[in-house]
Amino acid sequence: MNTQPEPQSFAFDEIAEPLVAAAIGKYPAGKQMSAVKTLLDIAQRQMGRTTGSAWLPRAAMDSVAKRLGVPPIRVYEIATFYTMFNTKPVGKYHLQVCTTTPCWLRGSDDIVAACKHATGIEHFGASSADGVFTLTEVECLGACVNAPILQVNDDYYEDLDAARTEALLQDLKAGKPQPPAGSLGGRASSAPASGQTTLLPASGSAE
Amino acid sequence: MLKDSDRIYQNLYGQQDWRLPAARVRGDWDGTAAIIARGRDALVEEMKASGMRGRGGAGFPTGMKWSFMPKQSDGRPSYLVINADESEPGTCKDRDIMRNEPHKLIEGALIAGAAMGANTAFIYIRGEYYNEAQRLQAAIDEAYEAGLLGKNAANSGWDFDLILHRGAGAYICGEESALLESLEGKKGMPRMKPPFPAAMGLYGCPTTVNNVETIAGVPTIMRRGAAWFAGLGRPKNAGTKIFCISGHVNNPCNVEEELGIPLKDLIEKHAGGVRGGWDNLQAIIPGGASMPILNKEMADVQLMDFDSLAAVKSGMGSGAIIVMDKSVDVVKAIWRLSKFFKHESCGQCTPCREGTGWMMRQMDRIVQNKATLADIALLEQVTTQVAGHTICAFGEASSWPIQGLMRAFRPTVEARATDYQPPQNVAQAAE
Repeated sequence: MNTQPEPQSFAFDEIAEPLVAAAIGKYPAGKQMSAVKTLLDIAQRQMGRTTGSAWLPRAAMDSVAKRLGVPPIRVYEIATFYTMFNTKPVGKYHLQVCTTTPCWLRGSDDIVAACKHATGIEHFGASSADGVFTLTEVECLGACVNAPILQVNDDYYEDLDAARTEALLQDLKAGKPQPPAGSLGGRASSAPASGQTTLLPASGSAE
Repeated sequence: MLKDSDRIYQNLYGQQDWRLPAARVRGDWDGTAAIIARGRDALVEEMKASGMRGRGGAGFPTGMKWSFMPKQSDGRPSYLVINADESEPGTCKDRDIMRNEPHKLIEGALIAGAAMGANTAFIYIRGEYYNEAQRLQAAIDEAYEAGLLGKNAANSGWDFDLILHRGAGAYICGEESALLESLEGKKGMPRMKPPFPAAMGLYGCPTTVNNVETIAGVPTIMRRGAAWFAGLGRPKNAGTKIFCISGHVNNPCNVEEELGIPLKDLIEKHAGGVRGGWDNLQAIIPGGASMPILNKEMADVQLMDFDSLAAVKSGMGSGAIIVMDKSVDVVKAIWRLSKFFKHESCGQCTPCREGTGWMMRQMDRIVQNKATLADIALLEQVTTQVAGHTICAFGEASSWPIQGLMRAFRPTVEARATDYQPPQNVAQAAE
């Protein structure tokens, strides 16, 4: 997957077309450039769906530029400014591990080590030999009370430790589907793990 | 402690359904038309009287911000833009509002829109919140279907459209003018001010940018009255706030509490206390990554509100509390934030683009015990050349953590210097 050649052409397919039209239609007339991030996202997801690697080849960016009626550079600069656009191919599972201070304090170094061990990836930005995984270091994902966090494609996995991370990745490697997003520590939300201190049933409906 | 009945977010933890019928049972969308019928001026006055200050970080009075919007249109539409970028490290409160209480945000947007003369609002949600965006869009869709948005929204006579816009990964888009650039389809690079957004914001039109928590609190304030909200918290620091307690506590959590609550109480009552007990506390960052760090002596007596934290040269910011116990290399913890800011600088202003990288490398040298006392002094001096010399507040955001570290942990930092000499008299006294 990581070795796939740069495609020479790109066209939005029948799944993407209605999404593109809806995205442009959300903004006032003449302000269609507001939809550029959404169109790039749609293109990246189409690449993931059709080739197994959710990335943005230049042909896709050109196609977005054409649709919006702007010079290609206006789209290239967006695709390279925002971190969620992959300008190189990625694996089927894009592992994005947060190492910013709140996650680091809760053991993100262990999560990084577990990701490397489970996938055989040696450094950030690289992909596994089988092309299934790509490992990226990311900055704060905004789920800090459930740290440490690993984002796999669209889903956050929370309250991780090395063992939970290893088990998650071994399951994906074995071809099992992604589990539901959220805490892998048995916690349903951002409430204290030992039990709620507020919004207790007795008084919650007292209002 | 705040009574449960005074908490705005009864479904903060998502145990109840987020959808419209359950939201109505919690009181959402009750009498919305009557609230809007009070008229624009009355709504702005109610917000002013409530004492609500912006929950995104800067703490600017919300009612006053709304009052800056033009009363008469000069032909341009007015816009409300809701900042759901939530990227300040430590912060994850808006996420819970959007996934568990989306109708408070949607109803708040309608009321705020009517109060500032905006028929259209955009919610800018960070791109990584994919599942949260799906949830919020579903809630917006059901609000349209129920006639709560669109023409004559909620039978209020006010036409109102609400559009969800996803970001794509950039901390700087939490800065309001960078957010507007991004919403227009450009790189998220902050704008010079003036002109301020209320005069020229989105698409060159009058715009107010408010945080999610600010807007989601509006319907409850309008229903229960400004006096109720103003009666909570401390003078000039009114109301409730969702705090995000992360790091070395026994039970990291989000919790809604009254402003002005002692930091120690907040951590001990809701987060299960510091790992290893309060005496094992080393440091606390009280308001998200960019707010200066507190040492234990400061944390012992600190109250959690805008003015109490400003008084110790820190800030409440977004209400994100990052706790560190004694096992942490606090210099390395701040270095990691310097790395964050270096990664997230948009690159527009030279002091920030070059300064964040330089500060990160200098912090790295201290972590590795390769810096001299002169290097540390130079670093401190350079932070003052970054802060205040950039278009947006990122210069401050990236400098304050280092300046705060120097204020609260100077002996710890200087002990790392290669030419550090322990004071002689201390050694003699020990004999």
